Formats: sequence, C-alpha cells, structure tokens
Amino acid sequence: MKINKKFDYFVILEKITPLIAVIFALLVGAIVIMLIGEDPVFVYKTLFSNAIGNRDGWGNVLFRATPLIFTGLTVAFAFRCGLFNIGGEGQMYIGTFLATWVGFTFTNLPAFILIPLCILTAAAGGALWAAVPGILKAKTGVHEVIVTIMMNWIAASLTFFLVLKFKAPPTEAMIEAGVKQMIPHTSEIAQAARLPRLYSIFKFLNIDFPAYNQVNVSFFIAIGVAILAYYILWKTNLGYEIRAVGYSPLAAEYGGISVAKNIILAMVISGAFAGLVGTNEIMGFKYRWRQELFTGLGFNGIAVALLGKNHPLGVVLAAILFGILNYGGAIVNIYTAGRIPRELIMVLQAVIVIFVVISDEVVKRLIRQRRKIL
Amino acid sequence: MPEIALEMKNITKRFPLVVANDKVSFTVYKGEIHALVGENGAGKSTLMSILYGLYQADSGKIFINGEKVSIANPNVAINLKIGMVHQHFMLVPPLTVTENIILGMEPKKNNIFIDMENATKRVEELSKSMGFKIDSKAKIENISVGIQQRVEIIKVLYRGAEILVMDEPTAVLTPQEVEDLFEILRSLKKQGKTIIFITHKLNEVKALSDRVTVMRRGKVVGVKDTKDTNQEEIASLMVGRKVIFDIEKKPHSPGKTALKVEKLKALSNKGLPAVKNISFEIKEGEILGFAGVEGNGQTELVEVITGLRPASSGKIFLYDHDITNYSPRSIREDKIAHIPEDRKQRGIISNYTVAENLILGSHYRSPFNKGLALNFTAINNHANNLIKDFDIRPSDKDNFLKSLSGGNQQKVIVARELYGEPKLLIAAQPTRGLDVGSIEFVHQQILNERDKGKAILLISADLEEILSLSDRIAVIYEGEIVDVLDPKKTDENEIGLLMTGSTANKKLSKAK
Repeated sequence: MKINKKFDYFVILEKITPLIAVIFALLVGAIVIMLIGEDPVFVYKTLFSNAIGNRDGWGNVLFRATPLIFTGLTVAFAFRCGLFNIGGEGQMYIGTFLATWVGFTFTNLPAFILIPLCILTAAAGGALWAAVPGILKAKTGVHEVIVTIMMNWIAASLTFFLVLKFKAPPTEAMIEAGVKQMIPHTSEIAQAARLPRLYSIFKFLNIDFPAYNQVNVSFFIAIGVAILAYYILWKTNLGYEIRAVGYSPLAAEYGGISVAKNIILAMVISGAFAGLVGTNEIMGFKYRWRQELFTGLGFNGIAVALLGKNHPLGVVLAAILFGILNYGGAIVNIYTAGRIPRELIMVLQAVIVIFVVISDEVVKRLIRQRRKIL
Repeated sequence: MPEIALEMKNITKRFPLVVANDKVSFTVYKGEIHALVGENGAGKSTLMSILYGLYQADSGKIFINGEKVSIANPNVAINLKIGMVHQHFMLVPPLTVTENIILGMEPKKNNIFIDMENATKRVEELSKSMGFKIDSKAKIENISVGIQQRVEIIKVLYRGAEILVMDEPTAVLTPQEVEDLFEILRSLKKQGKTIIFITHKLNEVKALSDRVTVMRRGKVVGVKDTKDTNQEEIASLMVGRKVIFDIEKKPHSPGKTALKVEKLKALSNKGLPAVKNISFEIKEGEILGFAGVEGNGQTELVEVITGLRPASSGKIFLYDHDITNYSPRSIREDKIAHIPEDRKQRGIISNYTVAENLILGSHYRSPFNKGLALNFTAINNHANNLIKDFDIRPSDKDNFLKSLSGGNQQKVIVARELYGEPKLLIAAQPTRGLDVGSIEFVHQQILNERDKGKAILLISADLEEILSLSDRIAVIYEGEIVDVLDPKKTDENEIGLLMTGSTANKKLSKAK
C-alpha cells in the first residue's frame, strides 16, 4: 500500500534522529575546536582511531560504557512505565555499597556463591532504594522526580557515613609514613568476589590483549541485562502491563491492570539495574568502595537513555558512544598536551543531548504537520 | 438570483497522506443558512479552516461579496467579517461574559484603561438585539453550556461578523437547547447574516437549513435546496451507498435478571455525591438505555459497575452474585464487557498496535499469556480473526491504534469487548463522533448481542440512539433516575424535559 510506505519513511526518520543529532554535535564540536585554534580533523582522527582503532581502545571504551548501560537502562525502563527515575545515582550508591559490604564481609565464601551473592545484593540495594519513590508514587501520588532527587542526597550522605564507619584499617606503609586515608575507602572485597577481567578470557583464547585493560565480565552482565530489559518489556505479560501504564494509565486501569502495582514493579526493576553498576566499578575494577569513585554515572544515564530513545538496544549503543567520547577525549587531551581540554568531551555530550531533544521535537512536528488530517 | 456572500472556487488542499479538499467549490448566498455535511474526514473542517485562515489552500480562490481575497490568518478572516464558533468553546472560565466577549478587542478609555462601562453596554445591547437573557457580569464557569454557546455567538457578532461558521454546534446541547439555538440562528438570518452550519445530523439539516452542500472524501458530491431533498438522499450522498435508517428490532423478550443495582451511591472526582441512590435491573435480552445530559452521574455509574470507582454504599449483583467494589479485573472475569465513553483515554492505548489493543484485559490469561511470556502466535491469530470479523481497516494487525480513524478504533474496542461472550455489555456513548457507516455497524452489533440474550446497559447523549435501541429508557438527572419510560410511548420532547429536571413540565406533557 502506498500510504504505508510513506508512513514508514517517517517512522525511520523518527528512529534515526539520534544519529542526526550526533553528526550535528560533532560539527558543533569542530567549530569549538577551531575556535581554540586546533585542527578538528586531527582531533577527531586521534579520538576515534585511539578509541576504536585497536583492541585496547575498545576495551577501554567498553569498560566506560558498562556502567552507563546499567544507568541508561535504569532511566529507560522506568520511562516505559511513564516514570522519570532520576534517582539512578542514589540507587547505584546503595546497591554498590551493599555489594561491597557483602564482598569484604563474607570473605570465606567460595566464588560460585559469593559472586552471585554480591551481584544480587547490588541489584537488591538499588531495587530497595527505588521502591521507596515507587511506593510513594503508587499509594499517595507523590511525584517520583521529587522523591528520587531527595533519595539521591540521602544515599550520598548515607554511603559517606557508612564508608567512614567501615573505613579500611591503615596499611603498614601508611602507619610507617604517619599518613591517614586521603580519600575515604573501605577494605578490599574478597578475591572470590572479584569478576575476572576480559584479559583472562582473551588469554585463554590466545588473543592478544593487554593485561592492564580494565574491561571485565561486568560488560557481559550489562549486555545480559539489556536483553533482559528488552525481553521483559516486549515479550512478557509484565512488560505489556508496564508499557500500558506508561502509555495510558486510564486505559490500563480499564483493562484490569493495577497501575499502582506496575509503578512499584517498574521502579524496583529499574533501581535494580542501577545497583548493578557495582559489578563493574567494585567487583571488576576497584575492588573496594572509594568515596566519589563513580559520582555522576547515574545522572549520565539520563543522557544515555535519552540518546538511546529509551530502548535497550539504543541505550547500549548510546553508552558505547559515550564510552568512545570519554576515552577518546582523554587520549586527545594527552596527545595535545592539554591544549584540548577533556571538558570538550563534556561539551560534545551536552550538545548531543540538546540536539537529540531538538531534532526529536522537529521530527515530531514535521510528522504531525504532515499527517494532519482534518 | 440571490446575492453571493461567499464563493470558494476549486479549493485543493493536500496533506501527504490524503487530499483533504479536492477541487472543492462552495457557494453560500447572502442571508441563507447553509448546511455543510459529510462524514468525519470528508473535508468539511479543512474547508472551513481554509476559510478562517487556519490553513492555506494549495490552489483555488476565495471570493467574499464578489471580491477576491487571500486569507493568511484568522485576523484577516475577522476583518473580512467572517466569524467562527468552534465546537469546543474558546472561553476563559474565570472571566465574566463581558470580559470574554471583548477579549482582544477591548474598548479603551484614555487609550490605557479598559472601558468596562462601554463594553458592558455594547454586550448588553447585542444580547438584547438577539433576545438573549444573559447576565453580562456572570462568570463563564458558572453558566450552562447552552448559554456559553450564546456568549460565543455574541463574541463573533461583537467582532462584526456577517458570515458565521458554526462547527457542529448542537453536539453539546440538550434537545431544548438545540431548539433555542435554531431560533437564534433563524433570527440571525432575519438580520441578514449568512450562516454556515457544519453538522452530520441530518434531521438538523432538514429543520434549519435553506441549502445543503454534501462532501465525501474531499469532494463536493451534491448541492441541494433543502426543500427539494430528504434525509435518505443526503445520507446516501454522504456515505456513497444506501443507508438503512430504521433499525429493525425483534420483539423484546426479556429473560432472567442479569444485572441488579440496589441503592447505589458514589462520589465524583471532586468528592461530591454523583450517583445518588440508584436502583435498577436489566434482564437478559434487554437494552436499558440511560438518557441524560452529560455530567449527571452516568460516567460515575458506569465506573462503579465496572470497578473503576468505589461505591460508597449500595449493592451490585450480576446474576445474584455480589460484585460490588470488585477490582476491574475480577469484574472482567465475571464477563462484564465495557465500551467506555472516553474512547481515547480509556478504551484504547493509541501507541499499542491493533493486536496489542485487542488483548487488553485478557492479556494475562491463556492463550495470550503462557507462563512468563506472551504467546504471539495466539495474539496474532486472535487479531487477524477479529480484524476480519469486524472489518477493521486498514486490516493490518501491526498498525498503531493512533493511525486508525475514530470509527475503526471503536471497532477495535467493540471487537475486543464482545469477544468471549460477555453476560453484560455496558456501552457508553458507543457511537459518539462516528460516521454514519460506523454508527450503523455499532448499532447492529449491540442489537445482535441483545438478540443473543445478553443484557445491555446503554448510555448515550444522543436521544435518537436511545429511543431506537432501548427496550426501556431510564432518565437520569443529577445522579438520580427520575423516570423509567417505554420508548414506544414517549418522545424526544418528553425525555428532553425530564433530562433537564423539569418534572413539572413532565406532567404537562403527559397531560397533553
């Protein structure tokens, strides 16, 4: 049918708006680079060739993308239920801290118990923290944005309190030198709680990969969670209900779907995703809670979800793009001896987000105008 | 030959998916009431939007009083003395009648202050000349819909309109208010104003207009002198085929009592009593129609029966089984089907596909849900079957509901609700905003269910619909049933009076 083909054309346009936004953002970035008096071609070439031109680069990119996949899915999942969960930051803190605590407390458990236990604790912590705004929204109608923001501050303060309470004892070297912890941190988690780095897998497969590269098994967990989120949302009865509530609470209620139940469930699942950031940052990387280790990852998840159009696949791609920009930006900074500041990357990310919002709106209006049948 | 007030020549307006106006030529004589009729999507509103400057035509010319004009925006239209009364009133509720009327054209004192005295005087003069009794200092939020419409008319006249476009003005009125409106329009005509009257109610065309232009699929398919035509002819022009008007109904043979409502009370969203002590029964094979002006407790009554709103007291029985304050899901499981009055908000999820919408309410049950996952084979088969049985167009199960026409959206709802042999069907405003073809279809479906022995609760603001379908008619006013009537022994007039609470008049009309 003719009509359908035209219709599809717009649907495709709507879907690729983020791509258009990225291209525009890179152009704007090029202008900024020229204004600082540098060569944009050189900068972008350095950025991309180092980030995705070799295995080490890819490893670094994926390592940086992993937590953003989790926090991006946090925002995206809740959004499908019509909720704006901007409490990923706080949910991430709580989940991660609890997982760390399990990791350095139950040190005599074997890995096949301790690793799953830590992962589940991380998810449970985030879920718990997200359940509060979920229940408040479902039962009393308090807006989730307000509650999640406030819960972020509570989580930040609470974990700060806890890290001081569970502060690692000073090492012998520190006692000798007479210094105290500069940045508060806990003891390291047990060896049995650590996730292997991808290096060990590549080594087993006889693939050349640097041992110092931090990308670890958590990346696979992130991909698994993205697939899980997709499966829940589009293939299950629960997802049908969650999306129905998101699209039209009145129609959902009419169809016998409990709006309250699904709001709480969506928040809980969304929060669990945020808590899983701990698998990358603690279980796969630092092995201990270090204050301010991952500040902002939860908030960046909002941008990732926006860029990924709240779809799990989009979130993964957006997180990888952010990983490329982060890592590539750091390299550019080194290569240009600091003449291109790392902040340029933040500018690029911000411009991308702005362009996504704008192009989304532009395309929407275009479609509305074109489809208008009176 | 009468003088021509407005002539639109060969107007073409294309939207990418549709030609909304295809070389439309439309002529209105000075001082006539001209009805513009057609189904939804026939292009009437587009044509009027072009006249009022809301859209620009791709090609074609507009002449006002013989002079070629180009109308770039509504301000130009107002300057050309074209006025439009929209279907949804454009009034500011907390402001007074006068303030609303002068809004944007305030008479000034010393060029700074609003000259309220003068404004009030002009508004009162205008309403007096029309024979309106309007308190010019009353706030819009405190006056009835019928009066609000008069305010809209005065607003247009205040701006000096000579050509008035009325967009489906009767959709929101009671039969008495409709009569009053017609009187107003006739007196405007006497004053020499030209009136374009958009409608799809054919009896109104006959009662009011001098000439009628019929549109179908973006084209003018007929221009008639009203006195030389009849409803059947106009209807078949509109639809493009013959339409059966008289609904054939088998005799009423009620069976067991299916639904029994006892002394039901419920509150509105604002916490005020909305349903006040309502009791009634519906038997198998019976249609009980609820007639009433909207906002008299019908919405709340349906929501209480379907579990969407708690009953504050009273009982609801489905075949002696107490279902009062059950959850919407368990009420659905007890086989009560519900065609909701608010189609867009309640009835459909516009971002879900046809297939997804067709399982709403039974999505969690076998065969659509197996274990944890949805069973897409069953869902798709179900969708394809219903699309075929109910002739849902376009016939693609993967279309989003928002891309379907109102009539087809309603078919999706009807198909879904009738699936699974409901014991009780609640149909609230089932044909609102639908075109003639779809109305016919929905009516047929409701009657089929009745003849299959189902109990049906019908709520409608359309008295014709209530009268032609119901076996008994309950009139609801301010949350109470004021009378139950036999449709064979009553008429729109009697019901209309009851609906507006005129019980004194009711006795009069009975005596008559």
